[in-house]
Amino acid sequence: MADQTTHGVGGLTFDARKRAWPNEMNVFIALIVIILIFEALGAMMMGQSFLFDSNDRFGTIFNEARLKIIILQVAIIGIIAIGSTQVIISGGIDLSPGSIVGLTAMVAMSFAQTALVNGNPNPKAIFSETWMDLPVIIPILVALIIGMLAGMTNGLLIAYTRIPPFIATLGMMVAARGAAKWWSKGNPISFPTDQFASIGNGMNGWAPVLIFVGLAVLFHLILKHTVYGKHTYAIGSNEDAARMSGIKVARHKVLVYTIAGMLAGLSAIVLASKNLTAQAGMGVMYELDAIAMTVIGGISLAGGRGSLIGTVLGALIFGVIISGFTFLRLDAYYQEMVKGFIIVAAVVLDQWRQRRAITR
Amino acid sequence: MSDIILETRDLTKHYGGVHALQGANFILRKGEHVAIMGDNGAGKSTFVRQITGVEQRTRGEVIFDGKPVHFESPMDAREAGIETVFQTLALADELDVPDNLFLGRELVRFNLGPFSILDYKAMRERTMQALEKTGVKIPNIRNTIRNMSGGQRQCVAIARTATFHSKLTIMDEPTAALGVQETAQVENIVRTLKAAGEPLILISHNMRQVFDLVDRVVVFRRGRICANLDIKNQEFSGEDVVAYITGAKTQPEYEDAA
Repeated sequence: MADQTTHGVGGLTFDARKRAWPNEMNVFIALIVIILIFEALGAMMMGQSFLFDSNDRFGTIFNEARLKIIILQVAIIGIIAIGSTQVIISGGIDLSPGSIVGLTAMVAMSFAQTALVNGNPNPKAIFSETWMDLPVIIPILVALIIGMLAGMTNGLLIAYTRIPPFIATLGMMVAARGAAKWWSKGNPISFPTDQFASIGNGMNGWAPVLIFVGLAVLFHLILKHTVYGKHTYAIGSNEDAARMSGIKVARHKVLVYTIAGMLAGLSAIVLASKNLTAQAGMGVMYELDAIAMTVIGGISLAGGRGSLIGTVLGALIFGVIISGFTFLRLDAYYQEMVKGFIIVAAVVLDQWRQRRAITR
Repeated sequence: MSDIILETRDLTKHYGGVHALQGANFILRKGEHVAIMGDNGAGKSTFVRQITGVEQRTRGEVIFDGKPVHFESPMDAREAGIETVFQTLALADELDVPDNLFLGRELVRFNLGPFSILDYKAMRERTMQALEKTGVKIPNIRNTIRNMSGGQRQCVAIARTATFHSKLTIMDEPTAALGVQETAQVENIVRTLKAAGEPLILISHNMRQVFDLVDRVVVFRRGRICANLDIKNQEFSGEDVVAYITGAKTQPEYEDAA
């Protein structure tokens, strides 16, 4: 009752709890439509179902193997996309997480190596034996700290030199990739401890998904229910208004980019652990895939609009498309072409929606 | 003495060589509604910016509520009890009404630094109270500002003042971009503030509005105050005010300024 108001012109009554049709519903419908398209194509071209267990291979309703692949292949980039989501909502853009993944994977893996491989000394050893077989918390902390430092550098550059986020993070993208190659002179770093390997491979391979989902839920709550989240939306929506309302905009931006860097570091741990190796080329183009996930999920590049639910749905659309093309045994070339088309289509749709909202 | 809420003495602002505001002596009493008029570039907005901490003054004193003050930012002024409705509305388009009312001073359930948990329910309830108090009509407070008319936006900006029991409200051309009906709604809110005894500084170009709403008119010309007209108790016409604005007339006590 307290939410009811009769403040309408002409005494109209509105229910304050009634919300407009959420944008996330559109993304969800798009996901269903894309799945149905693959189901139809699968029936026509392959004679089998895309997501359902048509040949009774698993004795379940769904084709669990494919569901797992879909979710697994977006989980690691999805962790980055969580960071990109809050950066884009704040009105910025981050091109550096892919390279931060490369750098943090290299450094963290150096602290995660095991001394003996099948009874022989580790052939890829970076440090001396005193720095091997460390507790798993050490490489995790190292990765988080490096990710945060790289992100904080982005944030400080953007907030205090006022250069555009595109330029600041482009610089970090190039520099961090260089640092990743310099770290071991281009050599891969391998043979982690069992503990470290379990991060990306544990729980029957589901661990990365659990980490992604846990982080998505956590950051959804942070964005929707904390002062941090509210200020992130406010800055992306109207930076001057945020400043005039007493929000410390510069400090907040540093925090936003620092968190994005930290998430890139987390993603690097999962990736390096899952692959049991770190290479300087890891994470190339991840930032663009992450941005694509957010854009497909309805996060406006203009800032201020969108939610993590959208990003998670965008990530699923992404995964469905990749798996769908593999399922149809189509070349990866088509996959990338269609991916590009969908990214552009998502932004065009968003702008169309925006214009309609203004002229209404 | 104690009935003066705001006083400025010799308030001056130079932008490099431009003397935007020169020696402004101004007094506002409790419960009084004063209009500031003047041509574009006469120093009205500059005057407001010095009081509200948006800019730092070159010289002079501001005494608010009996104490000399020196606000570093609009937030300082707001915390002291000066609530300003700026020309550019300072609203976040993608947020709803309670979010905007409490922007930068959110009510929280648990204090966890920047990650404090928001108390949406309390903010909604206090928003409703503020809307009741000012008579602002908003169909749905959960609607985002983006989906609102210019008048509704203005009303939200004004309703902020009522939310925080401010001691002084300043409005910078609140109806400049509004239609007839919306203007009337904003003017009603101003009357509500008057009835509640809350002092107001209104910057306006609208002569009819000024004569309808305020007790006193202060005219700025070329960075100086050139007239102080008690329109409530003395006979002044719109032409008189125009004469002061354009420079055809200057009040004797401000002669040296012109």
